Amino acid sequence: MGNKQTIFTDEQLDAYQDCTFFTRKEILRLHGRYHEMAPNVVPMDYTKDPDVKLPMQLIINMPELKENPFKERIVESFSEDGEGSLSFNDFVDMFSVLSEMAPRELKAIYAFKIYDFNTDNFICKADLEKTLNKLTREELTAEEITLVCEKVIEEADMDGDGKLGFADFENMISKAPDFLR
Amino acid sequence: MDEYNKDNCSFLLTEKYSIKIMTCHLSRLYKEEDGSDVDNEEGSVAENEENVKGTVKEVKRATPRTRRGHARGRARRGGEEDGDDEDEPRRPGHRRHRNRRGRGRTGGNEGSDSDVDPAKVKKNKANQKSKEDGEEEEDGKGDKSGKGKNEKKQDKKADKKGKKEKANKKKKDKKKSGSGSDSDSEEEPITEEELAKLKEEVEEKKKLIATLRNKPWKMKKKLAVLKEAQLFVEKFEGALGKGKGKKFYAYKVMMTKKWMKFQRDFENFKTACIPWEMKIKEIESHFGSSVASYFIFLRWMYGINMILFGLTFGLVMVPEALMGKPYGSLPRKTVPRAEEASAMNFATLWDFSGFAQYSVLFYGYYNNQRTIGWLKFRMPLSYFLVGVGTIGYSFMIVIRTMARNANEDGGGDDTSFNFSWKMFTSWDYLIGNPETADNKFASITTSFKEAIVEEQESRKEENIHLTRFLRVLANFLALCTLAGSGYLIFFVVRRSQKFALEGLENYGWWERNEVNMVMSLLGMFCPTLFDVISSLENYHPRIALRWQLGRIFALFLGNLYTFIIALMDEINLKLEEEKIVKYNMTIWEASLYNGTIPENSTAPPIQVDPADVPRGPCWETMVGQEFVRLTVSDTMTTYITILIGDFLRAVFVRFFNYCWCWDLEYGFPSYSEFDISGNVLGLIFNQGMIWMGSFYAPCLPAINVFRLHTSMYLQCWAVMCCNVPQERVFKASRSNNFYMAMLLFILFLSTLPAVYTIVSIPPSFDCGPFSGKTRMFEVISETLEHDFPSWFGKVFGYASNPGLILPFILLMVLSIYYLNATSKSYKEANLELKKKLQSQAEENKRRNKQKAQKSNEQEENPFETEPPQTKQKGSKQDESTPSQDNSQGQSGNEGKKMGQPQEASSSQTLQNPGSAPNGHHPMQNGGGNLPPPIAVTRPPGPRGVATPGYPLGHPHFPGVQPGMPRGPPHFR
Repeated sequence: MGNKQTIFTDEQLDAYQDCTFFTRKEILRLHGRYHEMAPNVVPMDYTKDPDVKLPMQLIINMPELKENPFKERIVESFSEDGEGSLSFNDFVDMFSVLSEMAPRELKAIYAFKIYDFNTDNFICKADLEKTLNKLTREELTAEEITLVCEKVIEEADMDGDGKLGFADFENMISKAPDFLR
Repeated sequence: MDEYNKDNCSFLLTEKYSIKIMTCHLSRLYKEEDGSDVDNEEGSVAENEENVKGTVKEVKRATPRTRRGHARGRARRGGEEDGDDEDEPRRPGHRRHRNRRGRGRTGGNEGSDSDVDPAKVKKNKANQKSKEDGEEEEDGKGDKSGKGKNEKKQDKKADKKGKKEKANKKKKDKKKSGSGSDSDSEEEPITEEELAKLKEEVEEKKKLIATLRNKPWKMKKKLAVLKEAQLFVEKFEGALGKGKGKKFYAYKVMMTKKWMKFQRDFENFKTACIPWEMKIKEIESHFGSSVASYFIFLRWMYGINMILFGLTFGLVMVPEALMGKPYGSLPRKTVPRAEEASAMNFATLWDFSGFAQYSVLFYGYYNNQRTIGWLKFRMPLSYFLVGVGTIGYSFMIVIRTMARNANEDGGGDDTSFNFSWKMFTSWDYLIGNPETADNKFASITTSFKEAIVEEQESRKEENIHLTRFLRVLANFLALCTLAGSGYLIFFVVRRSQKFALEGLENYGWWERNEVNMVMSLLGMFCPTLFDVISSLENYHPRIALRWQLGRIFALFLGNLYTFIIALMDEINLKLEEEKIVKYNMTIWEASLYNGTIPENSTAPPIQVDPADVPRGPCWETMVGQEFVRLTVSDTMTTYITILIGDFLRAVFVRFFNYCWCWDLEYGFPSYSEFDISGNVLGLIFNQGMIWMGSFYAPCLPAINVFRLHTSMYLQCWAVMCCNVPQERVFKASRSNNFYMAMLLFILFLSTLPAVYTIVSIPPSFDCGPFSGKTRMFEVISETLEHDFPSWFGKVFGYASNPGLILPFILLMVLSIYYLNATSKSYKEANLELKKKLQSQAEENKRRNKQKAQKSNEQEENPFETEPPQTKQKGSKQDESTPSQDNSQGQSGNEGKKMGQPQEASSSQTLQNPGSAPNGHHPMQNGGGNLPPPIAVTRPPGPRGVATPGYPLGHPHFPGVQPGMPRGPPHFR
């Protein structure tokens, strides 16, 4: 399997292994997936660290993300430019964080980013409404949405500024039973 | 996770250090081990390490001396050169430290990548330097065989110190320890100190490498940091000796990884093993947890019945069928001549008479032979024990489940973030299947609706007097209905007794099945009536469900008891009939033998076909048949109701809606909702039947298993295809202990008649395993007599003596009382604590709000407002550290004694000002630089988020900390 070796150098693979929760094989597989999405754009040889980015449209159509109501936000928060196009590094990073090995704290940080739609480092009411609408496919009435958003703020806002900072968010989510170990 | 990691690390440190101390001069020994295999697949931590180790080993083996010498030389030189450049106020203690820094700076520019931040490099270089010092020190000491003990002590002290420092602030630390500990005259403590420091640094780098993946940085940055850290470790780890700790760490990481994976897989496997989980989840997502709770209950019941079935089938039916005498060998195992013609008719079989009656399915078929087959299987004993075991097991399992549920109920405190959790943690990121996603969306919407109902319910206010009146009225109506239905059943049972006396053959189908039909009809219509009544009451749906359950339960209870009373009457009739038959039997036998043979025991010569032998009525089989019939008819009614009431109605509504005058879907018939209460009670009631009847009809659990199995599929299908969710989807209480309580009650009630019949009614003389005995339980004493040594029987006799049993019961009652009292007090304490916790949280919230307001007012310099607390905390820690060291230092050797106090004082002076600013704007470290070293040992805190746009030292951030359970790392 000579051509497999040429995708990454050993150092690169080692480095990726150290920086992510993946093994060698998984990283190669990830590259395969990345390559698969746009075979014309993504080179097979990554030893030179080519500067290639894939647009969001391609990424969010991956089966892993396709059904996720927050797919755009996920991709956006992992992309370096915030626009949603991902380089391979960002791509690996994203799956590393989303992988089951990633610790709760790390996930919390990115979860906060994901739910923070307008990237003002606070989850405000508008963010909450967006989240809720995405979660329920807009099946709740406007009244219900306001009720829920108010309740969320009331519950989780520890400092009374009417929006959730990361501290609020982490405090809340660290106690959640469903948030991954 | 947080805590775990920390512990892990500290553990590692100690481990590592002790190893280091022990093996300072036995490095050779460990080198042998270093070559041991490492799993290449797992994490390059291990791989890197090996590489490093390999190279280093080579070097070391080749020229250990020269290398060290060289290093020392360099160190000296560096120290001398750079020392002069510094313009800080000169203090002897600071010298070395300054040197290091200086060197670090120059070195940083040469050696590192362009994007590696200088602070890091500085540190590295510093480490390098101190490391070299350490080497030099070791060299100087030579082999130090004599000093071994003392050295070790010192080492340990240094290590301890190092660790504590680390727990504070790393950077400041370096300054402190560097300046504090060394004075040029005493080289030993310095270098010990430095060695420890270096070890720590390397350790930290290793840990950084290992935990790099936990950092919320962009990959580019991670890669850069990684490269840098690897370089560092590569450089020094070998020199320092073994990477034992690291290897261990890597191994540990690997193992945790594998373990987690295994756990996850196992979890998945377990879920995959739970039957109907997917079906139930699907229903839950569309109909809410209340409907799902019924199906979960059904599944639980199925499990219980499987076990009951296993007991009766494995220990009673199969042995009898395999090893007992075959069909036709005995009168009790043969269809009587009169019934032979119709014995195979379907109608007869459906009625569980004919061949079905004379088979293993019923009590009467079993023989009273003490042992059967070559296994000497004690059939009557087994039959009796299985009957008792069935009931005992059911009691045990129900009570255990209840207790567990109660536990769960008490422990949960998740009302505090109910909505937030729903909002942020309800989506399952593993979903990739569109259908599953649809279900998930539905379930999230449902759960939100549930929560909204709860919320609205808690806000609702209404006219109390009217509601009260309506509720009383509703209860009155319900009572009337109950009484009416009770009387109806009573009436019908009486009538049927009359019919039975006159002989059922003269009546039609209706008269024969009147009781069953009336009970089924009542079970069908009364709940609807109760439903209408309960709409008067205006309860929260969950409470309303309980009322509904209670009422229908009472209805069913009435039914059940009338049924039992009727059965008792019938048993008495049969008993009388039996007496007559017994009398006739002797006449018949006499006529058979024509009075020629006086002894009736030597009968064999005259062969009579067993079908012709007259026999008693066998009331046990009759009871069993009655229960089986009831169960079957109940099942049929349920299924037919589902098919007609749900399916046909749905079909009608769906397809006639196009050509009808009004809107069928939203108008009158509409689709049906799932009737939770009726179904749950049907299930419980049915289970009561099983418990009561299974002693006389061992086939009953099997029938019930079949029923539950089919009804699971049928009802799942019916719910998904013909029902609509309730208008107000409500959340089921997490433990369905209410169901369980009713089940327990029913179990108790159904045990009573069963036990009564076993204990106080003599068994039939010519059928069943206990025939010939005066009471069924005599089988126990018989076994004791025959199969156990005589002393055992004696002991048993003594033990069953009332003088012993009464005190025992008394003791049990007392212990129950005691346990109850304790549990009550615990519960109270629990409640109290919960209340306290709640008020505390509220208090915190309030205080935080105030603080936030205050700091909002003083937006310009938020640092001034916060410090007092943080500073106190920080300094407290710092003070305690050196003082401990002090006390230890005194017990140590002389040189140390001199060094320590100095260091302590300097650490205080240096660290306090240092830690304070660090505590106040944590963002500054997290922004572009590497985090302070302490963070390496911990998973990332909130610091990382601040990267680009977080307002530095925003007032709200420090304000939150005191109340937060997980503060930012610098306080720990």
